[in-house]
Amino acid sequence: MSNRYVCVPTVTVLAMMKARLTGAVKGHALLKKKADALTLRFRQILKKIVQTKQEMGKTMRAGAFALTEAKYAAGEFATTVLDSVESASVRVNAQQDNVAGVKIPRFERVMTGASDTKMHLTGLGKGGQQVQYCRKAYMTAVELLVELASLQTAFLTLDEAIKTTNRRVNALDNVVIPKLENTIAYIKGELDELEREEFFRLKKVQANKRKVADELVKRRLRENGPTPNGAKGALHDMMPGVDQDADIVF
Amino acid sequence: MAQAGLPDGRLLAVIGDEDTVTGFLLAGVGNVDLRRKGNFLVVNEKTTVKKVEDAFKDYTQREDIAILLINQHVANLIRHLINNYARPVPAILEIPSKEHPYDPNQDSILLRVKNVLGGDLGAA
Repeated sequence: MSNRYVCVPTVTVLAMMKARLTGAVKGHALLKKKADALTLRFRQILKKIVQTKQEMGKTMRAGAFALTEAKYAAGEFATTVLDSVESASVRVNAQQDNVAGVKIPRFERVMTGASDTKMHLTGLGKGGQQVQYCRKAYMTAVELLVELASLQTAFLTLDEAIKTTNRRVNALDNVVIPKLENTIAYIKGELDELEREEFFRLKKVQANKRKVADELVKRRLRENGPTPNGAKGALHDMMPGVDQDADIVF
Repeated sequence: MAQAGLPDGRLLAVIGDEDTVTGFLLAGVGNVDLRRKGNFLVVNEKTTVKKVEDAFKDYTQREDIAILLINQHVANLIRHLINNYARPVPAILEIPSKEHPYDPNQDSILLRVKNVLGGDLGAA
C-alpha cells in the first residue's frame, strides 16, 4: 500500500498523475542520454590521463636531469632561486567546458608579464646556458602538468556527475515511475469502484421509487374499499370514471 | 566564481624536495605576496609531517591556487589527507622527484582510474 502517493482518487488527480508519469518517463530518457554522453567523455579522459601521467614521468626525468646539469655548471643556485621569488610569471586560467550540462573546469597556462627578471639573471655569472636549458625543461613540464591537472579535474568532476546521474536514473526507474504507475492504477480502480457504486445506487433508487408507487396503488385500493371484481380494481383505479359511468349507462 | 578577484589567473603551488621546487621556481611558478607568504614548500629530512600537513591544508584552501604539485614521496607522508581530499579544484598532482622514481600504483588518482577501468592500466 505504501508504494503509491497519498492522494484523493479523482479524475483531476488522475490527470495530474498521468502528466507526472509522462514527465518522469521523459526525464528518465533524457537522464539516460546524459549519462551516456558523460560516460563517453569519461572514457576518453581516462585513456588520456594514463597516457599523460606516463609522459609526465619522462618529462620530469628530463627536468631533473637538466637541473643536475645546471647545478654542475652553475653551482648551488637553489637558495638564490628560492629567495628571489617575487610574482608568478606562469599562472593558470580556469575556463569551463560544458559536457551535457556538466561544467568541467579546464585549466589553461597563461604567461603573465610579471617581472621574472631575477630568474632571468640566475646563472648570469656562470652556467647561464645550462640554467636556461633547465628552465625550459621545467616550462615544458609545467605545461604538461597543467594539461594533466585539467584532465584530472575533469575526471573527478565527471566521476561525481556520472554517479549522481546514474543515481537519478535509477531512482526514476525503480522508485518514482513504479510509484506513479501504482497511483494511477489505484485511482483508476477507485474511480471504477465509484462508478459501480453510483450505478448500484441508481438501481436502488429506481427500485425504491417503484416500491413507493406500488404501495400508493395498494393504499388507494384499500381506501376505495374492495370492489366486487377486485381483480379489476387496479384497472378501475387507473381509469377513474368507469365505475360511475356504469350507473349512468344503466 | 572564485577567480573573480584574480584577473590574471590562478597560481600553481609546489610541495616537494629542493630540486623539484627549484626547477619549478625557475620556470616561474613561484609567487610571494605582500605578507611574504609563498606558494611553495621545500621538504627536506628536517621538515616535520605536521608542517607538510599544514602547508597542504593551507594550499588547498587558498582560492588563488588552482593546481597543487606535490612530490610523490612527500604525498606518501600525508596520504591520509590526500585520499580524503575530494574537491576537483585545486587539483592535486603527484609528481616524481629525482631520488624517487614515479610509481603509478601509489598515485591516488591513478588508483581510482584503475578501479574504473577494472584494474588494468596497461590496456588503456
